[in-house]
Amino acid sequence: MPEIRVTPLGAGQDVGRSCILVSIAGKNVMLDCGMHMGFNDDRRFPDFSYITQNGRLTDFLDCVIISHFHLDHCGALPYFSEMVGYDGPIYMTHPTQAICPILLEDYRKIAVDKKGEANFFTSQMIKDCMKKVVAVHLHQTVQVDDELEIKAYYAGHVLGAAMFQIKVGSESVVYTGDYNMTPDRHLGAAWIDKCRPNLLITESTYATTIRDSKRCRERDFLKKVHETVERGGKVLIPVFALGRAQELCILLETFWERMNLKVPIYFSTGLTEKANHYYKLFIPWTNQKIRKTFVQRNMFEFKHIKAFDRAFADNPGPMVVFATPGMLHAGQSLQIFRKWAGNEKNMVIMPGYCVQGTVGHKILSGQRKLEMEGRQVLEVKMQVEYMSFSAHADAKGIMQLVGQAEPESVLLVHGEAKKMEFLKQKIEQELRVSCYMPANGETVTLPTSLSIPVGISLGLLKREMAQGLLPEAKKPRLLHGTLIMKDSNFRLVSSEQALKELGLAEHQLRFTCRVHLHDTRKEQETALRVYSHLKSILKDHCVQHLPDGSVTVESILIQAAAPSEDPGTKVLLVSWTYQDEELGSFLTSLLKKGLPQAPS
Amino acid sequence: AKLHLKKIKKKRENFRSYFLYPSQQQQEEIATKKLRLTKPSKSAALHIDLCKATSPADALQYLLQFARKPVEAESVEGVVRILLEHYYKENDPSVRLKIASLLGLLSKTTGFSPDCIMDDAINILQNEKSHQVLAQLLDTLLAIGTKLPENQAIQMRLVDVACKHLTDTSHGVRNKCLQLLGNLGSLEKTVTKDAEGLATRDVQKIIGDYFSDQDPRVRTAAIKAMLQLHERGLKLHQTIYNQACKLLSDDYEQVRSAAVQLIWVVSQLYPESIVPIPSSNEEIRLVDDAFGKICHMVSDGSWVVRVQAAKLLGSMEQVSSHFLEQTLDKKLMSDLRRKRTAHERAKELYSSGEFSSGRKWGDDAPKEEVDTGAVNLIESGACGAFVHGLEDEMYEVRIAAVEALCMLAQSSPSFAEKCLDFLVDMFNDEIEEVRLQSIHTMRKISNNITLREDQLDTVLAVLEDSSRDIREALHELLCCTNVSTKEGIHLALVELLKNLTKYPTDRDSIWKCLKFLGSRHPTLVLPLVPELLSTHPFFDTAEPDMDDPAYIAVLVLIFNAAKTCPTMPALFSDHTFRHYAYLRDSLSHLVPALRLPGRKLVSSAVSSTIISQEDPSQQFLQQSLERVYSLQHLDPQGAQELLEFTIRDLQRLGELQSELAGVADFSATYLRCQLLLIKALQEKLWNVAAPLYLKQSDLASAAAKQIMEETYKMEFMYSGVENKQVVIIHHMRLQAKALQLIVTARTTRGCGMFLSKMYFITDLPHLQDSFVDKLLDLMPRLMTSKPAEVVKILQTMLRQSAFLHLPLPEQIHKASATIIEPAGESDNPLRFTSGLVVSLDVDATLEHVQDPQNTVKVQVLYPDGQAQMIHPKPADFRNPGPGRHRLITQVYLSHTAWTEPCQVEVRLLLSYNSSARIPKCPWMEGGEVSPQVETSIEGTIPFSKPVKVYIMPKPARR
Repeated sequence: MPEIRVTPLGAGQDVGRSCILVSIAGKNVMLDCGMHMGFNDDRRFPDFSYITQNGRLTDFLDCVIISHFHLDHCGALPYFSEMVGYDGPIYMTHPTQAICPILLEDYRKIAVDKKGEANFFTSQMIKDCMKKVVAVHLHQTVQVDDELEIKAYYAGHVLGAAMFQIKVGSESVVYTGDYNMTPDRHLGAAWIDKCRPNLLITESTYATTIRDSKRCRERDFLKKVHETVERGGKVLIPVFALGRAQELCILLETFWERMNLKVPIYFSTGLTEKANHYYKLFIPWTNQKIRKTFVQRNMFEFKHIKAFDRAFADNPGPMVVFATPGMLHAGQSLQIFRKWAGNEKNMVIMPGYCVQGTVGHKILSGQRKLEMEGRQVLEVKMQVEYMSFSAHADAKGIMQLVGQAEPESVLLVHGEAKKMEFLKQKIEQELRVSCYMPANGETVTLPTSLSIPVGISLGLLKREMAQGLLPEAKKPRLLHGTLIMKDSNFRLVSSEQALKELGLAEHQLRFTCRVHLHDTRKEQETALRVYSHLKSILKDHCVQHLPDGSVTVESILIQAAAPSEDPGTKVLLVSWTYQDEELGSFLTSLLKKGLPQAPS
Repeated sequence: AKLHLKKIKKKRENFRSYFLYPSQQQQEEIATKKLRLTKPSKSAALHIDLCKATSPADALQYLLQFARKPVEAESVEGVVRILLEHYYKENDPSVRLKIASLLGLLSKTTGFSPDCIMDDAINILQNEKSHQVLAQLLDTLLAIGTKLPENQAIQMRLVDVACKHLTDTSHGVRNKCLQLLGNLGSLEKTVTKDAEGLATRDVQKIIGDYFSDQDPRVRTAAIKAMLQLHERGLKLHQTIYNQACKLLSDDYEQVRSAAVQLIWVVSQLYPESIVPIPSSNEEIRLVDDAFGKICHMVSDGSWVVRVQAAKLLGSMEQVSSHFLEQTLDKKLMSDLRRKRTAHERAKELYSSGEFSSGRKWGDDAPKEEVDTGAVNLIESGACGAFVHGLEDEMYEVRIAAVEALCMLAQSSPSFAEKCLDFLVDMFNDEIEEVRLQSIHTMRKISNNITLREDQLDTVLAVLEDSSRDIREALHELLCCTNVSTKEGIHLALVELLKNLTKYPTDRDSIWKCLKFLGSRHPTLVLPLVPELLSTHPFFDTAEPDMDDPAYIAVLVLIFNAAKTCPTMPALFSDHTFRHYAYLRDSLSHLVPALRLPGRKLVSSAVSSTIISQEDPSQQFLQQSLERVYSLQHLDPQGAQELLEFTIRDLQRLGELQSELAGVADFSATYLRCQLLLIKALQEKLWNVAAPLYLKQSDLASAAAKQIMEETYKMEFMYSGVENKQVVIIHHMRLQAKALQLIVTARTTRGCGMFLSKMYFITDLPHLQDSFVDKLLDLMPRLMTSKPAEVVKILQTMLRQSAFLHLPLPEQIHKASATIIEPAGESDNPLRFTSGLVVSLDVDATLEHVQDPQNTVKVQVLYPDGQAQMIHPKPADFRNPGPGRHRLITQVYLSHTAWTEPCQVEVRLLLSYNSSARIPKCPWMEGGEVSPQVETSIEGTIPFSKPVKVYIMPKPARR
């Protein structure tokens, strides 16, 4: 029995460190190779020794697929390929390929240069690792080898995020990565066709949430920014360099354009600037509006948003600044925050979740006096706003995607166990699809039905089609033919052709049967009686009385004979070929019941 | 292949003998005649061409060439015969395909009855092997069948043919068969058996069987055929509903899209039938069930289907309100706890009296736990359909959803109230079209709704939009919006004033908006008055500047509110009254007449009710016009004076009363014509001998010319002019022409007068007691008399003819245009390299222009007198409201080099074509006057003020 085996090395009932092993029809594929943000020791990377104890990874894995550039999906890649050792192909989309090394490099810098970690991957390793990457286009079917093929679908979420279909023969698995079912200001919604995979591996970050429309949040955000700058206040928006930052930039840029505002908007240089460059390049990956207006103007070539300089923070008058990092724990955003915190006209908008212990978390939870280093106390008079923009599908979105793809079963990853439980129950209840949620290291085995393709000759198919009058789509139908197995492929041909091909002579197989009838009349008369009897019953068939006294029904021959010993009984000889077996046996059973009494 | 060829040859011969010989043998004479008729040069040429063709490619070329030219109805049959003949000879399927398609085209020729070629077509159909040609032939049959809708027997026969080929293996053939069935399938169920023994078929059943065809294209065609049957008036069976529902989960989008339509059709046919809900014992109305199903399709994978579904939702008005309201409901949940939507929170905040508090962290924290069992993630029902539709990725879907919302809200006030929040949200869509559409939608449903303050806040935020379309649409919306509180009014006023300072060009639109806002909410404005006028109980405040548009805006609001709120004027300070008097005079269309205590005002004496207050001006108009008609009895001097001051009065009235402007202008123009005519006839020159007044004759001919111009203006610049008026106008023109004739005759001694004699009579209508009347009386004399005499007769006739009463039309509006852009105030010349072009954005509003796409032109006048006329594209015109148009276009300027910057003039012209308007005069047909004259006069009337643009073409640098 063929089967699909799935083992999460990360992201099993957990968020972060996505890494899932899939074995499908003898092929082994690793989906994502992420790191965990919460750990600084060995636990931050998946346990690759699980895959193989002493062999080389390259021998075991056929390919690695990276869904998008977030570090919890690609952060362990250099470690995996260069330090553990993997030389096979790594597949990702073009934008991911472009942005991924930047983020890895940034991450490496923080880990090595700032925290002083040893035994970490080097810049060179990142470069070497990226050399193994094969970039794919959306909806492009890539043949990894003769049997294994993969195909990318649009996933929204971040620039270049993709869902991947992995297919071997007739078995297939879809891995969603992270995706978003509602469009935002710069990206579209995830979409997949009815590919009916055996298994759909989906993220479930918001398994227990049904979200409100995005419009209210956007409107609130814009209104707040607008009001503040109109009052002459300054707005600080701490963001991470990629993803939300671009969405908010587009949002503000279009609003500024629409409302004809002149207040300057700045974003911090460095990573954001670089990232914007890539967004400019990968227009086909963005949403409808940006794609359509691209001919007139590239939306990412901001008119109103300029690069930030340290000195601008002290400028008088209103302004809006996007600064990194997003949780106000260090860097530029914290510096600006310190400068502006004292003025109640100013505002800080936190567009995302903040980890405990950061300044961002403190101010969000309402703390108004912050202790900074050097025993300074910073009094926060500026307004603090929270605005969540998240790019994951909610429970409804997940269900919608499952409905679109129509998989045989679903496997949940990238979510909390408790929340998964709920969604699992819902999927099984409402979609009637079996659902799994393995923990890390736990293997799910999924039996699949093996389908064997058989080639059919066109002549035979046309002949059969001509017989059936009404079209009956997708219904099984009986078909006579000969199955030829040759060189490990199967062909269905008509029997004549099979004989010809195999060089065999046709043998006729005839069944004969004697039926004893109690009849005192002459043979001819008996035959005549049989004829009229059959004629009255078998109205659709061609029943004939031949001059030599025998009766034929189609190709079945019936002869009446009188055995010498008993004149009271007649023997009917019924003979038919193998092909007419059905009719033949029906006739014999009919005749065995005897003839009806002749009307006297 | 040889065998095949032989077969075809033989068949051809059979065919010939069958079709050609009988006619030749039996009816010799007719046959010969027919031969002449059916073999005109066209078919012969085709025949020769086709015979010449050596290869199929050649033949195809000839056929393609032939297809380019139209064929007359009488030669169609001959051509068809030739084509058929060639068809039998042809081995190449592509040529046969072309012939088949030509047959279809030819049978569509008007005036040709294709029943004679049907037998041939069916005949060749039966022997055809190629699927493509077969499909094309069926298409031809469809063309024939649709051409003969009355012939039952032919239809039955064609349906029979279609049924026979339904089992074909090619999807194309099955497609065409279904199409044929859909178009020709008989509508009556109980058609008696035809004489030929063709059994009537249940077309619906046959088509329904193909809903499960293996080919998606055929499935689509089957559904389309079913829809076609419905369109032709056949009542579809209810059983189709279940079949169609199954198709909703088809793999192919075109099938799903068509299935959604079919479900909609059935739901409109059987709205009240009861259908069971699967997997439960309950039953619901069919229309509700269908509504739920279509709602589900709003989140389909294909956007084509989503658009289709969203559009259809709008027209399902019979759906129960319970289901309807579900479409806006999406039960929110966060971490398994129930959460309120932002809309609900906003409402709650508002009702608790705490408005617009900043959002706090955790403000949206979820409340009660959700029962995990009760949550349904994919409802089969309508839940949240519009929430999804309005959030869709594709703007096409969003627009469709907004339209559907609009239609549903118009039929259900409670739904209108509920969908408000969502519509308001759409005001911030990223695509302008969607924003505009949602603003328009809101305006359409504004009778059913009252805006809450927080909603108003969002609506008003859009006033800062840089798009003029959006702002104007929003002003229109505010005109008919109901606001619930005085703060709301205040907010609206503040935002509108902000809008005014930011975009001063919006002035008129904003004033108009405030006028309606004031008159709709007098009681809400009342408490705001002291603040708005900044009056103080004890101190006199400084008098505001009367020319400040913002101050005028405030006053417009207050005065309009005061109209129905008699206590308000008590709050006014002295200067307010003065300003009122001034504004009432200068902006009478915005400021209504008020009853002010202790002040003598013209209006206060007359008007006691609101309704009668328009009467005095109307009366005045009538009176002054009536006075003019006594003109006849006055001496020329008195008549002139009377006309002059009546014209002055009318013009003033038109300026004051915008409603009467059209009428007043129209009559004033007419009177001016009369005045000119009288003046011209008063000239002393008539008594002087011809050579003496030669230099003075300018005045009379100039008058004649001006009258002509004015009559064209009257005829073409006003909308709502009826035939009655046109006749009078033409009469006036005739007089002008007569005048012209006299003048020319006298000056040039008769030369050319005979030429011009005819043409002015042509557009004579029948009128009593007028110039025409007299002219007709004297016509025989005129025809025979000498030029000098004619002039004399005409002259006396002109003098004697009575002044005709111009009946006023009910509704008359003068076409006008205002160029907003270019403003013409710039000192910086537009520089460009001479010889190349520079584009100039032109933005203008047009009022009461009929068919602006064809009539409005832009004229550019260069300083050297060179004029250039530009026809704007039809797409440059927008229609923001009834009677109003907006022209936004680009004009390309070019010129050779100048040394100094100079001004060019840009103006709008209204072009006319008099042939379209001339009324038929019955007496002319039998009359002695030959109608051989030029009947159409084309020309243009400038109808906007010219705008000067400073440009500077520089010589190209070398």
